[in-house]
Amino acid sequence: MLVVEKIETCYGVSQALFDVSLQIGEAEVVTLLGRNGMGKSTTVRSILGLTPVCAGKISYLGHPIEALQSYRIARMGIGLVPEGRQIFPNLTVRENLIATAANTRKTPQPFGLEAVLNIFPRLSDRLSHYGNELSGGEQQMLAIGRALMINPDLLILDEATEGLAPLVRKEIWRALTLLKERGLSILIIDKNIEALMVIAERHYIMEKGHIVWSGTSSELHARPELKSRYLGVDC
Amino acid sequence: MLLIIEQLLNGLQLGITLFLMSAGLTLVFGIMQIINLAHGSFYMIGAYVAATVAAYTGSFFLAMIAGVTAAAATGCIVEMLVLRHLYKREHLDQVLATFGLIMFFNELVRIVWGRQPLFMNVPDGLTASIELLPGLPYPTYRLAVIGIGFLVAVFLWLMFTKTRIGMQIRAGSTNREMVGALGVNINLLYTLVFGLGTLLAGLAGVMAGPILAVEPGMGESILILTFVVIVIGGIGSIRGAVAGALLVGMVDTLGRAFLPSILRTVLSTATADSVAASLSSMAIYILMAAILVWKPRGLFPAHG
Repeated sequence: MLVVEKIETCYGVSQALFDVSLQIGEAEVVTLLGRNGMGKSTTVRSILGLTPVCAGKISYLGHPIEALQSYRIARMGIGLVPEGRQIFPNLTVRENLIATAANTRKTPQPFGLEAVLNIFPRLSDRLSHYGNELSGGEQQMLAIGRALMINPDLLILDEATEGLAPLVRKEIWRALTLLKERGLSILIIDKNIEALMVIAERHYIMEKGHIVWSGTSSELHARPELKSRYLGVDC
Repeated sequence: MLLIIEQLLNGLQLGITLFLMSAGLTLVFGIMQIINLAHGSFYMIGAYVAATVAAYTGSFFLAMIAGVTAAAATGCIVEMLVLRHLYKREHLDQVLATFGLIMFFNELVRIVWGRQPLFMNVPDGLTASIELLPGLPYPTYRLAVIGIGFLVAVFLWLMFTKTRIGMQIRAGSTNREMVGALGVNINLLYTLVFGLGTLLAGLAGVMAGPILAVEPGMGESILILTFVVIVIGGIGSIRGAVAGALLVGMVDTLGRAFLPSILRTVLSTATADSVAASLSSMAIYILMAAILVWKPRGLFPAHG
């Protein structure tokens, strides 16, 4: 579905990504792991066309997308839940959800307002509140709901549960499990490895702009030293 | 009493014209973060094209359509050719470029229409006056201008609060990149916003045509007032543009009308007239300073 081949991305003269390759299949949940500043968000930005790549190829559903503007990439079916949520503070929850909603590829059972509110019932009571009046957890739910409203086949979450209370995290993981069952492909960046090993099939670990390891959940589970070496998790 | 009502209506009419101008400028400034000194040029283009079409066809309706279309089309072209390259540049670059556009358009108007002002007739059917109260006739055309202004305000309010394109524009004002990452062609959206802003300036120019002389540089005198309006109202806020325009329109008109007679009660006639002339010219700037002291972001800042 998404194939990233040897991309290199630079911010001015400083190179952030080196030869990064990864793949996500249909209805597959994949994670991108690594400490802060290792290039995970830059990889996401490169996929979405927000930071242009200087070398390498990215294709989605067989079409090259590395030279496309981000709005065209989104319309092809990639939904982004960005780092820091970035909900629109001057729009109400309802407006945040419907402002950019689309079904450009005529998905048979599209996500609408009702479907999103079924996944995140907590947002139902907050529909008329402005984005900047929500708690962090509600903002994250809104950011996921907003991405679902463009009816993506691939959902990318950058820091899915960072800074959220344990109960809210549970709710986010429950929602992502529901979306996985619905057949969505998901790329998750997060530090909650235990939850990620349950929900995701495959993992990529990044360090200093390189992919240094990739494998399945059971392979990652069998290599506790990877977690302590690259992710700072004591096992 | 009748004089006060008449002056209030005059203030309202000036306020409405200022609103049409400031709505466009505040959108462009607040949403696209572009300082567009050339906004008055689109007012002038609207007035010139309308005056020409009215002279050839005799139809004010056709003149109005032509004027606003010309202003909007010119605005879209200017956005694509000039402003699109300035979004990421400093405000000083934007000021220089749009100041250059003022000179370009003023010279273009002189080449095409000459230096002599054009005059536009009040449209047929709106030449008479309506007696609002016994002894208070008021020109129908000015009442029509007030009515159109209110219709535009309602249209803009509905567009920004009830339509998805309005929501996208508001969203783009806080996070342009994110709106693009959610599938919206933000470049096209910005061209439309700029086109809408210049369309409103053109409409203001068309409606000012039968009241003022249509001449090169006519946009600059109203541009200063327009900047005062959006600073008072809060940059980027349509609600602020309405409030600011009505306040400035009223203060300017009522100040010029009544300050001399008020001051004559305490000063000699000659001194009162001279002080009143100076004070009424300063009134809107004093108002702006007072409001900025009270609310530094204007009366209704756009992003809460």
